[in-house]
Amino acid sequence: MWEYTDKVKEHFLNPKNAGEIENADGVAEVGSMACGDALKLTFKTDGEGKIEDAKFQTFGCASAIASSSALTEMIKGKSIEEAAKISNQDIADYLGGLPKEKMHCSVLGQQALEKAIANYRGETIQEKEGEVVCECFGITDREIEKAIRENNLTTLEEVTNYTKAGGGCENCHDAIRGMIADIRSEEKPVITPHLSNIKKMKMIDETIENEIRPSLKQDGGDIELVDVIGNRVLVKLQGSCAICKASQQTLKNFVEAKLKEMVWPELVVEEVTQ
Amino acid sequence: MKTIYLDNNATTQVAEEVMEAMLPYFREYYGNPSSAHSFGGQVEKYIREAREKVALLLGAEPEEIVFTSCGSESDNAAIRSALELNPEKRHIVTTRVEHPAIKSLCGHLAGQGFRITEIPVDSDGQLDMGRYEESLTSDTAIATIMWGNNETGVIFPVEQAAALAREKGILFHSDAVQAAGKIPINMKESNIDILSLSGHKLHASKGVGVIYVRKGVKFAPFIVGGHQEMGRRGGTENTAGIIGLGKACELAVEKLEEENTRVKKLRDKLETEILQRVPNTKVNGGPSERLPNTTNISFEFIEGEAILLQMDELGICASSGSACTSGSLQPSHVLRAMGVPFTMAHGSIRYSLSVYNTEEEIDFVIDSMPPIIEKLRAFSPYWKKGKIACTTS
Repeated sequence: MWEYTDKVKEHFLNPKNAGEIENADGVAEVGSMACGDALKLTFKTDGEGKIEDAKFQTFGCASAIASSSALTEMIKGKSIEEAAKISNQDIADYLGGLPKEKMHCSVLGQQALEKAIANYRGETIQEKEGEVVCECFGITDREIEKAIRENNLTTLEEVTNYTKAGGGCENCHDAIRGMIADIRSEEKPVITPHLSNIKKMKMIDETIENEIRPSLKQDGGDIELVDVIGNRVLVKLQGSCAICKASQQTLKNFVEAKLKEMVWPELVVEEVTQ
Repeated sequence: MKTIYLDNNATTQVAEEVMEAMLPYFREYYGNPSSAHSFGGQVEKYIREAREKVALLLGAEPEEIVFTSCGSESDNAAIRSALELNPEKRHIVTTRVEHPAIKSLCGHLAGQGFRITEIPVDSDGQLDMGRYEESLTSDTAIATIMWGNNETGVIFPVEQAAALAREKGILFHSDAVQAAGKIPINMKESNIDILSLSGHKLHASKGVGVIYVRKGVKFAPFIVGGHQEMGRRGGTENTAGIIGLGKACELAVEKLEEENTRVKKLRDKLETEILQRVPNTKVNGGPSERLPNTTNISFEFIEGEAILLQMDELGICASSGSACTSGSLQPSHVLRAMGVPFTMAHGSIRYSLSVYNTEEEIDFVIDSMPPIIEKLRAFSPYWKKGKIACTTS
């Protein structure tokens, strides 16, 4: 049995805004019977771009119904621009979280919202943009890519939880893994912009002084900063450290780790033994 | 809130008599039956009695009964033994609707190079016996076909299937976990070689099962260890569990008739009334011969987990073959194998009764279902469309 939050249960047992608005300003239908969940969202505006009323019809499990109910509550009273910013994570957060396997219910809600807003704006919505990757659930590369980027997904399992893609015959698993790898490889490690050599040296010196030396001294050892060349930090171990068999481990696991954490992630510590 | 338990194909309550029978084996007779001292050794006698009681339910000889830890272990042991003893044979015949204990194992073995033939079923859940017969070859190590389906209750013609296998000298196993205690089983007049049974499906405790191995059928142990179970299943006996299972089988023999009269009548009432009161419903496997306690009803245009949680609010326990309850994203493999359309498969509810259910409970469920279904259909985007489709057809 799924562990649902009280908020999910509340919205499932007593859904808000169930139904359909006649002559709605924005209408969207997403999902399908075959996929196991489907949502029809309708909303009406006050004529000045503010959503006055919203209703849903949902075929699906408890979390799909709760997500739909939550979505209508969230957009009521919001301007179209504000509503357009709502993400699937916002819907999940509103419900106090969803089991990870059920995140696709929040994605369904967000998709309905996006489509209904496009409908309101008179934008032509192409049925399913992109190419279908998952044949079982009719999920396109565009949908998968969006889920990966917006929710920072890194595994096939997560993609299935969020989009259902890959949850059927499994033939598309390699394709999805490929997409994850491609998108992830675009990302470069976050680097603090501009750390001048002088500042770097100063920070290294301070970290050794305040964070590292006191610990080593407790064990009767000491450390001396010899030089910094690029990302190479040259140090000399002293006292008991100089004769300690575990000194290499101390150097990597403690000194280098600390400097990487406090100063610069690419630093490498080397011991100088004259 | 009173619990109305209609999920007996998942597990059953331990019968009061079973509980009573088990308790002394935790408190007083905790000795190891293999011990040399009489304190432990005396337990052996009671295990023997339990074995006799299990044998009685199955119409078997006590020596043909091997105690295991559960139905899944028994299923695994049966298949693994057949493969180990027939290393030249690389083919297994099974069905598309088996319990995961068989289905997943066969999938796993397929990955190791074994050839698996899954016999299809028709829309009523009936086995394609023609295909079955054709699929039995000289390369077949074992044919394994469940007796009664856990989801729909559909009963397979296992005796006919076993006879066909025997003609060709092929070992035949049946997962009788759901059938035992619900329909008569008599191994003396059977062609089935190996049978699996689970304690907790017939009011014994969890953690005890049985594998029946016909006298003369070779068997390689799955768990290798001590000499227990005449070397056919290593591991210190789950004494309390075994004693309890013995008692449960004794009770099952006594209650077999009630199961097929009173319980069956309650099941039929539940089924008929729900179908009458709720439009767009269908019994999955309805036209087939079924276990007397099971009914699997599809409610069109709504989803099973949503139905279950609404029932849960009223204390009614059942299960569903919908995607959302299975933890996967597709409806149950049984309903898919039967070709149940998506409009129906996602909204299936399995009610499985036991001798402990009362007419009052069933009446409560009958009264509770229509408003639940109506409530969920009221906001299903397909319901209106469905109604129109139905009135015009």
